[in-house]
Amino acid sequence: LSHGAGGRAMRQLIEGIFHKAFDNDWLRAGNDQSAFVVPSGRMVMTTDGYVVSPLFFPGGNIGTLAVNGTINDIAMAGAVPLYLSASFIIEEGFPLTDLEQIADSMGAASRDAGVPIITGDTKVVERGKADGVFISTAGVGMVPAGLDLRSDAARPRDAVVISGSIGDHGVAVMSKRDNLEFDTAIVSDSAALHRLVADMVAAGGAHIRLMRDPTRGGIAAMLNEIASHSKVGFHIDEEAIPLKPEVAAACEFLGLDPLNVANEGKLVAVVAPEAADAVLEAMRAHPLGLEAALIGYAVADDNCLVQMATSFGGARIVDWLSGEQLPRIC
Amino acid sequence: MNTPLRMADATRSVEIRVRGRVQGVGFRPTVWRIASRLGLDGDVLNDSQGVLIRVRGVSSTIAALVEELRASPPPLAEITAIETRPCEGDLASGFVIVDSEAGVHARTEISPDAAMCSVCAAEVLDPFLRRFRYPFTNCTHCGPRLSIVRGVPYDRATTTMAPFPLCQACGAEYRDPGDRRFHAEATACHVCGPTARLIRFDGRAFSFEQHSMLDDVDAALSLIQKGEIVAIKALGGYQLACDATRPEAVALLRQRKRRDAKPFALMARDLDVVRRHATVSDAEAAALASREAPIVLLAATGPEKLPAEIAPGLQTLGFMLPSTPLHLLLLRRMGRPVVMTSGNLSDEPQLVDDAEAAAKLSSIAPYALTHNRDIANRIDDSVVRHMGAKLRVLRRARGYAPASIELPPGFEAAPEILAYGAELKATFCLIKDARAVLSQHQGDLEDALTYDDYRKNLVLYRDLFDHRPVALAADLHPEYLSAKLARATARSDNLPLVEVQHHHAHAAACLAENGRSLNADPVLAIVLDGLGYGSDGAIWGGEFLLADYRRFERLGTFKPVAMPGGAQAIREPWRNLHAHVLSEMGWPAFAMNFGELDLFAALTAKPLASVEAMIKASLNSPNASSCGRLFDAVAAALGICFDRQAYEGEAAARLEAMVSARSLEEEGDALAYPLPIPNLKGSGLPYIEPLGMWNAVFGDLILKTPAPLIAARFHKGLAKSIAAMALKLARRDEDGALPRFDTVVLSGGCFQNKVLFEQVLGRLEDLDFNVLTHSRVPSNDGGVAFGQAVIAAAHLIDAGGVRQKAS
Ligand SMILES: [Fe+3]
Ligand SMILES: [Mg+2]
Ligand SMILES: [Zn+2]
Ligand SMILES: [Zn+2]
Repeated sequence: LSHGAGGRAMRQLIEGIFHKAFDNDWLRAGNDQSAFVVPSGRMVMTTDGYVVSPLFFPGGNIGTLAVNGTINDIAMAGAVPLYLSASFIIEEGFPLTDLEQIADSMGAASRDAGVPIITGDTKVVERGKADGVFISTAGVGMVPAGLDLRSDAARPRDAVVISGSIGDHGVAVMSKRDNLEFDTAIVSDSAALHRLVADMVAAGGAHIRLMRDPTRGGIAAMLNEIASHSKVGFHIDEEAIPLKPEVAAACEFLGLDPLNVANEGKLVAVVAPEAADAVLEAMRAHPLGLEAALIGYAVADDNCLVQMATSFGGARIVDWLSGEQLPRIC
Repeated sequence: MNTPLRMADATRSVEIRVRGRVQGVGFRPTVWRIASRLGLDGDVLNDSQGVLIRVRGVSSTIAALVEELRASPPPLAEITAIETRPCEGDLASGFVIVDSEAGVHARTEISPDAAMCSVCAAEVLDPFLRRFRYPFTNCTHCGPRLSIVRGVPYDRATTTMAPFPLCQACGAEYRDPGDRRFHAEATACHVCGPTARLIRFDGRAFSFEQHSMLDDVDAALSLIQKGEIVAIKALGGYQLACDATRPEAVALLRQRKRRDAKPFALMARDLDVVRRHATVSDAEAAALASREAPIVLLAATGPEKLPAEIAPGLQTLGFMLPSTPLHLLLLRRMGRPVVMTSGNLSDEPQLVDDAEAAAKLSSIAPYALTHNRDIANRIDDSVVRHMGAKLRVLRRARGYAPASIELPPGFEAAPEILAYGAELKATFCLIKDARAVLSQHQGDLEDALTYDDYRKNLVLYRDLFDHRPVALAADLHPEYLSAKLARATARSDNLPLVEVQHHHAHAAACLAENGRSLNADPVLAIVLDGLGYGSDGAIWGGEFLLADYRRFERLGTFKPVAMPGGAQAIREPWRNLHAHVLSEMGWPAFAMNFGELDLFAALTAKPLASVEAMIKASLNSPNASSCGRLFDAVAAALGICFDRQAYEGEAAARLEAMVSARSLEEEGDALAYPLPIPNLKGSGLPYIEPLGMWNAVFGDLILKTPAPLIAARFHKGLAKSIAAMALKLARRDEDGALPRFDTVVLSGGCFQNKVLFEQVLGRLEDLDFNVLTHSRVPSNDGGVAFGQAVIAAAHLIDAGGVRQKAS
C-alpha cells in the first residue's frame, strides 16, 4: 500500500475492499453520508478508537474488536444497537491482504450481529505515522422503554454478576506479542454481547442497575470506576470469579493480576438483589453467558473500596492502577 | 525563660513547667511525694502543656525538687524540658494535687504499652496479696496504654477499662497520692477487673481433667504442655502458642496457619530457658528485660537445638520474655520455650476482635485463653536485633509506639505535618511541636484489614495528639495505597502534598534519628533495599545519594537488571538469577562455561525462552537497580529459595544465615568476590558491576566450594565494593578536590542483614568516615514515614511557613 502516489486508483482499490466486505444498501448508495429512520425513544451513541498490537491475535483481529467493542458499548446501556460507522487510518506499506482480512472479518462480525456498518472513511498516512492500521468507529442504538442504566446506580447489597471468565483477551493478545509463545490455546473472547444483554433485560428489566464491559484495566478498573461513581464499595470473592486455568497460569507467569487484564466479550452487571437469580439464569441460558457467575456484592463504604476475599481467607484491596502494574514490594 | 535558682536562701514562690511525656505516668504523685518530703508548699496539676508545679520554699529546696525530678522521674515519663519562673499567685500551706480542670484539653502524649514492672510482677506471685495470680495487674509505672486507649483525654472512661468500675480497695489506691496506683487508669483486681477465661472455640465443654489446675491461665499451660495449640488474647492482639520443643506441634501450627517458612517468635519464662537455645549478650539480655519487651533476634547457638520448623533455614531465634502478668502466670510452670506467634491466618493482621478470632482461629487452635477486656488498638510485638554494637529496632510496635522522637536542631519551627509512609511495613508519622510521632508497624496495606486499621489509626493519632496537619507527605510511588490516600486527602482537604523519593526518605530518617541538624552539610546516603520508585520513573533499590533534608543527588547505584514478571520476580528468585545471567554474560556463555552445574540443569527446567522474550518485549519486566534482588539472585544460585520465597526477604535472610562466623573469619579479603565500579552507559553513573562476582560464584560452584564460604565471599565482596564506592564518591583521593562528604548514612531494608551491616559499617569506619546508622527507627520501610515527615518539614520551613501552598 502506498501513500500519495496512485491517488485515485489506490483510493478506489481500498474502498472497494471495504464496500465488498461490508456490502449493504447504504454503502451501495455511494453517498458521503447514510440516512436512516430514527425510531422514537431514547437513543444512545458511542465512539471508540482501536489500536492494538499485534493486529491479529488468536480469536480475532483489530477489525472484529472494533465491531464487537462498539456494539458492546451501546449494549451496555441496555440498548439495541442499530448502525455503525468505521474509519481507517492505514500506514503506508500495510499489506493489502491483511487489510482484506480485517475488512472481511469486520463484515462477517457486523452481519452476525445484525448491525450494519453504514458509513466510513479511509486515509493512508506515511510510514511511521501509524502502527499498521487504526480504526475509529461510532455507533447508535435504541434503549428499550423504562430502562435507564447509569454508572452511579449501584446500591449497597446489589449483586455483581459476570458473564464469563476473565482475562482471556488480554492474555491472548500478549501471547502473540514478540515471540512470547505460551504452550496454550488461549483465544480472545471478543464477542458482541447485545443479544445476551437483550435476554438479561427481558429477565431483569429495571432491576438491572448498570452494565459494563471490563475492557482495558480489567474488572479491577471497572469495579473501582463504578464504586466511585455510585459511592459504594464492592466485596468480591476470588473463588467465584471465572478464570480459565491456562489464563491463570499465563498471568502467574507474566506476573499480572487477571483482575487488571482486558476482556472484549464479557460484561459485568450490577443487579438489585431480588433479580440476581433471574438475571443469572437468563445469562446462563445464552451461549455467551454459560459460565455466568455471581461474584460479589456492593456494600456501603464511604471510601468506595473494592475488596476481594482471597482463597487464603483474607481480603485484599483491589485498586485501579495509575499506570502499568508496578511492583510495590520493597 | 529560666530563673537561676541559686540565689539567696530566702523563701520564694516558683512555677515549674515540665514538658514531655508526663501525663498518665504517675508524674503528679511523684512530685507530691518529693515536695511533701522536702516540706514545700504548693500544688501540681496537669494542663494542656504538660505538668505545672507551683511551690513555695527556700531556693535550695526548690532546686532539690527539680534535681530529683530530673534524676529519677517516674519510669514511664520522658521529660523534654523543665522551665522555672517566679510565681505570682498565693499558695496555701501544704502540698496538694489539683484535679485536672474539666474542659482543659490536656496535651496528652500517650505512652507506649509497658512491660509489667518488677513490683507488679512480685505482687501477682505473692499468695498473701490480693492480686495473687491476677493476670491484669498493673500500676502507673507499667501496663497497657496505647492498646486500650480509644480517645482523649487519657483516663479510664476513654479506655477499654471503662466497663470495669473500680472496687473499693482499688478506688482507695487510685485516690491515694502515696500509692503506686494513684490515678493508674488501668488498675484492676480480681474483684473489679477483667477476667481471663479458657474457652473452647468450638463451644464444647471441658473435661474435668482439663480444668483441675490452679486457674484458667494455668490450665491453658497444661494444654500447651500436652502439645495443644492455644490461642491467647494478649495485649495488642491474639497470639497462637504451642510447645516449641515439640516438632509435630510446631509443624501443625505452621500448616494450620498456612505459614510456609516465616520464623515463629518464641517466649520463655526467663533468661535461663532462653540461654539453653540461644546466646544472649548483656545488651540483648537488657533488651529482653526492658520495659519495651521486644522480640530479640538471637544467635541460635545455645546448647540445645529447637526444631528446625521454628525458623527454617535461619540461624537466629526471636525470643521475648513475658511482659504481661498473663504471660508471666501462663509460663510460670513452663521450663521450655513456647512458640508465641501472632494469631492470624497467613499474612493477615493479628486478630483483636473476639468474634472474629473465634471464627478465624478456631481452625488453628481448639482452645483459647481469652478475657473480657477489649483490645482497642492492634499492636504487634516489636522486633530488635543487636548489630554493630547497638540494638536496632527492626519492627517498631508494642513498647515503642507512639513514643515521640525529638527532631534535630533547626526543626524547631516545623509545622504540623502528616506523612503517609510506605506500603509493606506501613507506618505513618506526624510532626508536632518539633517532635515526630511514628505510628506502630501496621503491615501490608494491600491487605484489606490492615488498610482498615491504618485509616482507623490515622484518625486515632489525630485525636490523641490533637494534630491538624498543614501539609501531607507521601512516597512518589504511583501505586502505594498510602500515597494514593495521601493524594486524595490533599485534594479533598486542600492541603499541600510533598512527594518524597523513597530512598531519600530512608536517608532522611537516618539523619533525623541521629540528630543531624537541618543545615548540616550533605552526606553520602547508602540506601540499600528491595525497590522504591525513582525520581526518573525507574525502579531503584541500591542507591548512593548525596543527600540532606532538602534535596538529593544520585551519585551511584547498583546495576539495573530486568525483573521478569515484576513482583513475580521477587516471589521466584530463579527469575532474577536468569535475568542476571542474561544481562551479565548471556545464556550461551553461561551454558558453555557452567553447563556442568546442577544450577544449569535447574534453570533449564524453567520456561527460560518465554522469560527472555518477556524481557525483550519489556512486558512487565521493569529494570531495577536493586540490592535486594541481587541477594535473591545469589541465593538462588546457591539453591536457596530457587523456586519461590515464602515471605519477603526470605532468600536474603537465608543467604545471610549461611554465612558462619568461621566462614567469615577463615579467609581474609583475598577471595572476596570482585564487584568493580564502572560507569553506566548513558547516564555515566558509577555502578556496582556484578559480572566478575558471577563468574567467581559459578566458578566456586564448579569447584564445590562450601556454600558458607561462597556466601561469606559474596557478603565481603559486596561490602568491599560499597566501601570503595563511598571512597570514590568522596573524591578524597583526587588531587585538589574537596571531599564531597565526611559522613555516611546507612539505611534501607538490606541493612537488617547483620553480616552485610557489620561488614559495611566496619569498612567505612576504617576509612575514617563518620557513619550514621539506625537504632530507634527501622532501617526498613517502617522508617520511611519518619523520613518523609522531616523532608516535608524542611521544605515547609524553607517556604517560610505553612499558610502558603507548596508546589
Ligand atoms: Fe525501602
Ligand atoms: Mg469504549
Ligand atoms: Zn507495675
Ligand atoms: Zn479492684
